[in-house]
Amino acid sequence: MRLPSLIRRHLAAVRALLVLTVITGVVYPLAVWAVALLPGLHGRAEGSRIERDGKAVGSRLIGQAFTDPRGNPLRQYVQSRPSNAGSGYDPASTGASNLGPEDVVDTLPRNPADKAREIAARTARDSLLTQVCARSRAVGALEGVSGARPFCTPGGVGAVLSVIGPRDREGHVTRPTRVVSVNEQCGVVSRPFVTAYKGVRVECARAGEDYAMGEMVPVRGGAPARPAVPADAVTGSGSGLDPDISPAYARLQAPRVARARGVSTARVLAAIEDNEDGRVLGFIGEPRVNVLRLNLELDRKYPYRG
Amino acid sequence: MSTTVAGVLFTGSLVFALAVVHRPLGDYMYRVYTGTRHARVERVIYRLVGAHPETEQTWASYARSVLAFSAVSVLFLYGLQRLQNHLLLSLGFKPVMTHQAWNTAISFVTNTNWQSYSGESTMGHLVQMAGLAVQNFVSAAVGMAVAIALVRGFARKGTDHLGNFWVDLVRGTLRILLPIAFVGAIILMVGGAVQNFHDPHTAQTLAGAKQAITGGPVASQEAIKELGTNGGGFYNANSAHPFENPTAWTNWLELFLLLMIAFSLPRTFGRMVGNARQGHAIVAVMAVLAVTSVTLLSFFQLAHHGTVPTAIGSSMEGVETRFGVANSATFADATTLTSTGAVNSFHDSYTSLGGMMTMFNMMLGEVVPGGTGSGLYGMLILAVVTVFVAGLMVGRTPEYLGKKIGSREIKFAAAYFLITPVCVLVGTAVAMAGTWGRGGMLNRGAHGLSEVLYAFTSASNNNGSAFAGLTASTPFYDTALGLAMAFGRFLPMIFVLALAGSLARQGRTPVSEGTLPTHRPQFVGMVAGVTVVLVALTYLPALALGPLAEGVR
Repeated sequence: MRLPSLIRRHLAAVRALLVLTVITGVVYPLAVWAVALLPGLHGRAEGSRIERDGKAVGSRLIGQAFTDPRGNPLRQYVQSRPSNAGSGYDPASTGASNLGPEDVVDTLPRNPADKAREIAARTARDSLLTQVCARSRAVGALEGVSGARPFCTPGGVGAVLSVIGPRDREGHVTRPTRVVSVNEQCGVVSRPFVTAYKGVRVECARAGEDYAMGEMVPVRGGAPARPAVPADAVTGSGSGLDPDISPAYARLQAPRVARARGVSTARVLAAIEDNEDGRVLGFIGEPRVNVLRLNLELDRKYPYRG
Repeated sequence: MSTTVAGVLFTGSLVFALAVVHRPLGDYMYRVYTGTRHARVERVIYRLVGAHPETEQTWASYARSVLAFSAVSVLFLYGLQRLQNHLLLSLGFKPVMTHQAWNTAISFVTNTNWQSYSGESTMGHLVQMAGLAVQNFVSAAVGMAVAIALVRGFARKGTDHLGNFWVDLVRGTLRILLPIAFVGAIILMVGGAVQNFHDPHTAQTLAGAKQAITGGPVASQEAIKELGTNGGGFYNANSAHPFENPTAWTNWLELFLLLMIAFSLPRTFGRMVGNARQGHAIVAVMAVLAVTSVTLLSFFQLAHHGTVPTAIGSSMEGVETRFGVANSATFADATTLTSTGAVNSFHDSYTSLGGMMTMFNMMLGEVVPGGTGSGLYGMLILAVVTVFVAGLMVGRTPEYLGKKIGSREIKFAAAYFLITPVCVLVGTAVAMAGTWGRGGMLNRGAHGLSEVLYAFTSASNNNGSAFAGLTASTPFYDTALGLAMAFGRFLPMIFVLALAGSLARQGRTPVSEGTLPTHRPQFVGMVAGVTVVLVALTYLPALALGPLAEGVR
């Protein structure tokens, strides 16, 4: 008596699921797709592709890397943000760094010369702080401005000390016996960013040694709270495919791009302004510049003869 | 205009739009669930299913139908993923691994949409549209059906009947979700969301590299993903992906979609119990807590305390340029306050206290406004707990909407409330007890614990967002989080329906001098207070070890 009603109920459930699957899983997406065939919508539904000379060069909505095969920036192009999608701007592997706000200690490579391979093998890892510092230093050097940031060493790693010694009642180390600059590897830096801390000489760090027993003290340093290199230039986006950069980062790159293309900075700035989008209705979103569109315009107007 | 002012206007415009829409949409849903006429297509469906639309069910029968439909859905979705290499539009992907397919099937059927897989490299187009997106519709419709059954429990007297699950399921899907999703999908396409069935299309970038531009029926799935508070992204990057959320105004639209039903259902509730002011009180509790939460989260993100955010000079890590910090914070808040779990920026990289707010939002139990349907029934349970607490204080038998809250009713309500914390805290403890769980952490120390705590909070509350640094595609996490999602969804539903049955059987107690008015600001304040106090007492120790330890110096 019990069994048949149980089976009957589940058969009804199977039939209900199949009917609803046809409606919401087949008819509905096909109906939306049919609307997408309308002119005006079609190009967007296909992925907002951009063609040049009949060849697809990308999508208006998907960012791309303007670097050579070794990852060095091409000087004639305005650069995109750093990307965590695969090896950079890979739509088959989207995503973010997912590193936290206090991720400040690197895992040092055994062999610094082979760091890239060790990072790939996950035996070494740059903390988010060091990634930010390294990017800031590199962008500063490329654009000819200061790459200094709070909590960064001049060498472009996170300025973090492990202060080792007895703890006081609140858990702080007031009389250290040993102080290590945990992100500055011996052999890679000639000397740490500070020579002494609370009267103790600061040491460089060695791979494989654990300094976690010390109190981790990030050192702010004297860099301005608003550094010359903008925030979006030193951070990965959410998707890893961010097509935009801030107008500030675009303008920072204008002199270098103008030099590479042999035109005046004013012309590059004018092209940036052409491609700048403000907030929708004045309050939705943030001002931004679409990098691919900008670079296409630069190529068209001021071809690079490198 | 400064980012802060623009952000305030952005959130304010959403509040305004929701205030405008909540009345007509709530009234429309009232007519959908109380109407007696069946559309022709619905009659055909009932005949195909073999359901008798005029026959009403008891609470137990209603619950069995919910469970049967969900069980069949899990098996179907599991099978679809395991067989995808034999199906159309598979893009050449292999069958999904067993533990991952189980986790994903549970995840989408429970309206959680926790994703231990990466969409663009795991799921073919057919599994996405005919498996995952279907559950986006029906799991939301199931949540609404259970909520409506509870409201009928309050509205009716002296009956065992709570309605017919199949009718509620079909009407919720066809009359509410489908039309809004269709319009939403088309507007998203105008913004640039893609809708095609292509394999990836190769472009040659300006730098000379190859870039594979992905395709898929994204717009249709994106609309219901938000509207049904599901949150499972077509792509790994979810609503941060430019093909899912192409521009600043689509971001506004997605927020509107994911909030609109949950904020309108209290109106439906008020109409059904015959007193619109009762609905206003419930929506006021939701609004007060939601506005407080979004204010705090936005403040923490814009103030950008912490070592790395200070070095950066803002909370831009994991944030898209077109949305910026303020609009991303609003999205993070709305997605964790509703049980959506879609993300347009990555919470793992949020400031310590900002990240804590996203967790706290989920710990509220997904009630302000919560998921489609689940938010309303969760909030009504808290209202029941509140009148009980108030009744204890003044020494009277507590009543809510003319129903006595006796020992039977309060046991169901208490059991409902306790299930989620048990899943969250036990799950986190088991994970932290061994390498099976600790091995998945990306970040060290307190932030690593936050990743695990977030995962179990998200799964047990059927949210689905993540501190995504956690490697969750392991047999341990797939299994444990799958169990947390299933327990966190279906046990509370059973208690809700049991409570509904018990309420419907009662008569109606007439209002007297001693009746606590449940439509006044005083009651709104009490429910909000009870909600926050219960949650704070339950989770503060766990939060103190994770985000508080990290963020408070």
